[in-house]
Amino acid sequence: MTAIPLAHVLMLASILFAIGFMGVIVRKNTLFMLMSLEVMLNAVGVAFIGAGSYWQQADGQVMFILILTLAAAEVAVGLALLIRLQHKYQSLDIDKLNSMQG
Amino acid sequence: MELILTYLPFYPLISFLILISFGKRLSWQLASFFSVGAMALSAISSGVLVYHLTHIDASVITVHLWEWFNLSTGDSASEILSGVNSTVNISFYLDALSAVMISVVSGIGFLIHLFAAVYMKEDENFSRFMAYMNLFIVAMLILVLADNLVLLYLGWEGVGLCSFLLIGFWYQDKANVKAARKAFIVTRIGDTAMAIGLFMLFKTLGQLNIADLTQTAQQTWEVGNESAYWIALLLLGGAVGKSAQLPLQTWLPDAMAGPTPVSALIHAATMVTAGVYLIARMHGIFLLAPEVMQYVAWLGASTLLLAAFAALAQTDIKRVLAYSTMSQIGYMMLALGAGAWSTGVFHLMTHAFFKALLFLTAGAVILALHHQQDLFKMGGLLKKLPVESALFIIGLICLVALPGTSGFFSKEAIIGSLWSSSTAGPALWWCAILGALLTSIYSCRLFFLAFLGESRFQTSLHVEDSKLLRLSLIILAILSLFGGLISIDFDTVFPVSLSAHQDPSWLHTVAILTPFVGIAFSWFYFSSYRKNQGDNITASSSSLVIFCRNGLGFDWLYQWCLIKPYCALARLNRRDMFDQLIMFNAWYVKMLHETLSASQTGNLRWYAAAIGLGLVGLFTVIMVGVGSI
Repeated sequence: MTAIPLAHVLMLASILFAIGFMGVIVRKNTLFMLMSLEVMLNAVGVAFIGAGSYWQQADGQVMFILILTLAAAEVAVGLALLIRLQHKYQSLDIDKLNSMQG
Repeated sequence: MELILTYLPFYPLISFLILISFGKRLSWQLASFFSVGAMALSAISSGVLVYHLTHIDASVITVHLWEWFNLSTGDSASEILSGVNSTVNISFYLDALSAVMISVVSGIGFLIHLFAAVYMKEDENFSRFMAYMNLFIVAMLILVLADNLVLLYLGWEGVGLCSFLLIGFWYQDKANVKAARKAFIVTRIGDTAMAIGLFMLFKTLGQLNIADLTQTAQQTWEVGNESAYWIALLLLGGAVGKSAQLPLQTWLPDAMAGPTPVSALIHAATMVTAGVYLIARMHGIFLLAPEVMQYVAWLGASTLLLAAFAALAQTDIKRVLAYSTMSQIGYMMLALGAGAWSTGVFHLMTHAFFKALLFLTAGAVILALHHQQDLFKMGGLLKKLPVESALFIIGLICLVALPGTSGFFSKEAIIGSLWSSSTAGPALWWCAILGALLTSIYSCRLFFLAFLGESRFQTSLHVEDSKLLRLSLIILAILSLFGGLISIDFDTVFPVSLSAHQDPSWLHTVAILTPFVGIAFSWFYFSSYRKNQGDNITASSSSLVIFCRNGLGFDWLYQWCLIKPYCALARLNRRDMFDQLIMFNAWYVKMLHETLSASQTGNLRWYAAAIGLGLVGLFTVIMVGVGSI
């Protein structure tokens, strides 16, 4: 089995990251924004795994587990916030939640 | 004696300080006690000083109070070598010239204060008024006593300031404020010229003490020296401004906006004589510049005629007197220009007597008529106010210079000195004669309109039967009648002219007869004013008369040549060019601020995009940077 070249892994990671980022920017619904964030986190995770396998070190996988935990925590907090938002504003449109004007 | 001289200007100063700090809390009695009392002390002191000066051998009394500041030209070695003393001292210098001036200033000033205390009794700002009057006297005393030009300039500016305060005393009326501002600004033009003259003097001679300076100038400069010419010309500029001579005369008629005692003070005792005093005091410099002396004479003559013509057409009693002051100052200038220094100063003194009398009597008349100043609404006052009328007649015959009065002695002396003077001449002599003729005509017109005929007013007279008021007027009348007999010995101050008089013998006859010709002429020409039966006569409204009434169009000329273009320029450059340069910084910062604050939308997706773009940008920069290494 030939090893996948690092460049390919990084390219995939970048594309995923870009897609996730575009999702964050383009989507109005906060739920989809959270999902896009997950995509971005996973893109970073792919990059770590790829790098870890390239240098034959465990650090990449350690980092990935860290990211996974972080993502879980983030989703928990994020979803809780979403429920509060839905309760309070009856909407998940992020553009309507600009009452602080920056 | 030194002590008396030292304290002389401080009496009014102390009174000024008291009055200005306690203001309205002082009752009329207290306020007038302080101000008039201080003036009385000053007047007595100057009397003592003059007596002392005429009865001792020394012709000069000097007092050194303290050193004000030290002027250094920067080159101390050459200063020591040349022995130039460049300290400016507060010291007083009393010789015959300043003795005449202090006695006029404090003597006439005292009488005017006495009058003003009664005249202004009802005014709610009485103590402020008296305070300014006192300060006026202080400034004038400093001016005439100064032994150096810097101290003189201090007094000079002080006089300007006080005239501004007093002309605009009734500042609630906008016209008065305008007149005050005009007086201040117009005289300021002259003051600037004088200041430049002082700088030039210090630059060329390195000293400002008047006596030293005159001596040095006469030792180092030839007659006709160019610096002497320019310095004399600039000093003349200052004198022209203060004494209301030709190009800068427009402020004086408007200065009538002030209360009448102020007019008397400005015209008789203080302000307008300052210019004459300056030229007389600096005669050493002027003698070195004969051209400038000719200018002085010609300026004096033209002002004399211009003001006399303007006086012929006035309807306001005070404005007639204002123009007559201007024309009498013209006589003084004429005398100074002709080199007849002592006669010029002598006329200054006699003029102070009778002009103060005329103004104060006019004030009394105006007060009696409930502040009516229009000559065409007076008439018949001779019967109604006999005392005031008699006093006014005395003033007028002095002004006209009928033989025997004080005005006669001084004016004839001036006219007599003109013909054979090297800087004047027959042309100016004829101007002076014409001026005398006009003087008698406008005086008669004034007298006929105000005092003869039937009265043209309905209101009852408001008679102020105050002994103080009468007293000051009567003293002035006595001085006006017999003041010509005072002989002053100016030999120690002015160079004695040695010119052998070869005047034609008819000169004196003509000079003496001129006023009578004028009176006879007006007796017939103004007979309608004289015989008026109480019907309403009005001032002629022909354009020539109106032209004369407006001071021969000088106000109009300045309005169009100076004020309008200047205002237009100011309007054009309202958004000042240099301001715009500075405002550009503010505009630039503000634009950045607005751009950035517009980016703070509160929109989360926008922030995320901005962060992403920023990162991309940053990475690009780093990549390019790394790549180029």
